Amino acid sequence: MALRRTAIVTLAVLAFGLAGLTTVVAGVPLPAISPGLGDSCVEDTDFMRREHMNLLKHQRDETMRKGMRSEQYSLVECINCHVVEGPDAIPLTVASPDHFCRSCHDYAAVNIDCFQCHASRPEPGIE
Amino acid sequence: MNMKTPDFDPVRRKFLSSVAAAAGVMLAPGVMLYGVTRPSSAAARAAGVEASGDVRWGMLIDLDRCESDCNECVSACSRENGLQGHGRQATDAQWIRKVETSSPHTGASRSLPVMCQHCAEPPCVDVCPTGASFKRADGIVLVDKHICIGCRFCMMACPYKARSFVHETLEDQKPYAPRGKGTVESCTLCVHRVDAGRTPACVEACSDAGGGAMLFGDLNDPDSEISQRVTNYASQQIRVDLGLDPGVRYRNL
Repeated sequence: MALRRTAIVTLAVLAFGLAGLTTVVAGVPLPAISPGLGDSCVEDTDFMRREHMNLLKHQRDETMRKGMRSEQYSLVECINCHVVEGPDAIPLTVASPDHFCRSCHDYAAVNIDCFQCHASRPEPGIE
Repeated sequence: MNMKTPDFDPVRRKFLSSVAAAAGVMLAPGVMLYGVTRPSSAAARAAGVEASGDVRWGMLIDLDRCESDCNECVSACSRENGLQGHGRQATDAQWIRKVETSSPHTGASRSLPVMCQHCAEPPCVDVCPTGASFKRADGIVLVDKHICIGCRFCMMACPYKARSFVHETLEDQKPYAPRGKGTVESCTLCVHRVDAGRTPACVEACSDAGGGAMLFGDLNDPDSEISQRVTNYASQQIRVDLGLDPGVRYRNL
């Protein structure tokens, strides 16, 4: 019995250790998401949490097919605002676990393939 | 004998159409509609406005001004769109290239920049099984890489060999020119620049550092410089026999 309890405690410690960058609020580990550069997002946080993928997909088809370019729901603008700088002040790519999109998608275990084609950081030299 | 006059009177029809054309020209510059229906290449389309079918973007390349040792358009394209070679000429992405031609009889040679010809009847669009290859309302032929499955039918269908396939995993693409492994790509006529009211990178480089051979504009606008030149001087489309009506035209070929 004692052995079993030790095993559970060890597992729990391991799990928290693996979580690494997560913050713990009231016992629930949450991803550490860096805030964007602007004052607020284009929509409120709850809406963006659930709907960002739909906004991006809608915008993608409008831009790609019809040439309707708007900054509001554009992926490029998301990337420009939610930029995370590394220790050398160079914006991180999606290769880093601290990248804005990745910090949450790793936590939620949702794989995205946006960045196989799209740039995951602002173009160097452009503010 | 009282013969019935035909309904169709060619003289009258011609007169009417010329009146209609004149009215169109007169109406256009005056009203605000001018900017909406016929944006010139200098005017950026407002955010959230669709590309218009009234426009047909095209290019006129004067080969008398194109030197065979000049590669400015090709390097500008690579810089603009983040194309990097891997030292494998057969498979490296090539959105624009210089083609050297010469006549076996006279020996006269010409150097042509050849890119996607942005056909009015694009065969790449016809053969695409997923609908990824498409022509935008303003005549720009593009690949929607979100639904491209990389089958490369379009590469086989294109008589201009204008398309490339991405074989390698890419990193740090340009934000405005997404490209990725497993998809087909080609000249986008620098659609991101065109939508912002600028000219394609190759045209800009040609006028800045090259011979000023390339002219970009709206083929549908009778007042645009490109239309004027196409109307007043002889120009050719390449492989015109295929009837694809390319948007890229050449002079002095």
